[in-house]
Amino acid sequence: MDKKKLLHDLILIAVCLFVSLALWAVVALSKEKGELVVVTVNGEEYARYPLSEDREEIIVSENGKNVLVIKDGYADMTDATCPDGLCVRQHRINESGESLVCLPNKVTVTVVGGDGVDIIG
Amino acid sequence: MRIKTKKLALLGMCCAAAMILSYVESFISFGVPGLKVGLPNIVMVFLLYRLGWKETAAVSLLRCVLTSLLFGTVMSLAYSIAGAVLSLTVMTLLKKSDKFSEVGVSIAGGITHNAGQIAVAIAVTGVEEIAYYMPVLAVGGTLAGLVIGVAGAMIIKRLKKVNI
Ligand SMILES: [Zn+2]
Repeated sequence: MDKKKLLHDLILIAVCLFVSLALWAVVALSKEKGELVVVTVNGEEYARYPLSEDREEIIVSENGKNVLVIKDGYADMTDATCPDGLCVRQHRINESGESLVCLPNKVTVTVVGGDGVDIIG
Repeated sequence: MRIKTKKLALLGMCCAAAMILSYVESFISFGVPGLKVGLPNIVMVFLLYRLGWKETAAVSLLRCVLTSLLFGTVMSLAYSIAGAVLSLTVMTLLKKSDKFSEVGVSIAGGITHNAGQIAVAIAVTGVEEIAYYMPVLAVGGTLAGLVIGVAGAMIIKRLKKVNI
């Protein structure tokens, strides 16, 4: 293998890992337990629910349905009509900034802090 | 004519291989939206070095359309095409610069593939907070690109002797 290219490869790997780990560290340090989840459908706010109360909600959109379960302070997508099912396979979330995303149904569930920040620009 | 037919057969085979790899990949979940190993990228790296970017683009787009028709939706088509176009552009440019090996090219492809998908997810849902996952995806993309680049380089080397 070309030594010069190998060096360039290594620099690329180092830079990529350093930058992404640094970003990751910033995100991880600024993490805090969220207090509520904001549900959006088609980019618009649909509802917000506190993480402190257990509940089960069916999010109905023109594209399908998603079942959102809030239990023990965590939000989780337990069922959905979307064809890929990626949202259901995501792990449950409870820290501010984390979100459950269902692209086919255009549904997102994002955890926000207690100050009730408006997540839609 | 003979060469053309041979090439067409090779492209078809590569497309099929990429589709099988996307199918296999759909069973591997990390619990983070959009984080994928990028297995089909092995085929794209191989094609990029073997034939060129035009053929690779054709196979890549066909792969996106067919896998979306079979296992996904129109939305997943936009999602995967954005990732594919972005990563192929970056990989072609890096290969042309002749400064990186197959491994470096494939790593850049892996990261930009994830970045493209995140961008579409934000555009579709309008929720900027999804960018939260970018660091995780970048680390994942780098490691996956590394593995795939090494595997791709081996395939390119082995198949060099085979006249296809
Ligand atoms: Zn879904």
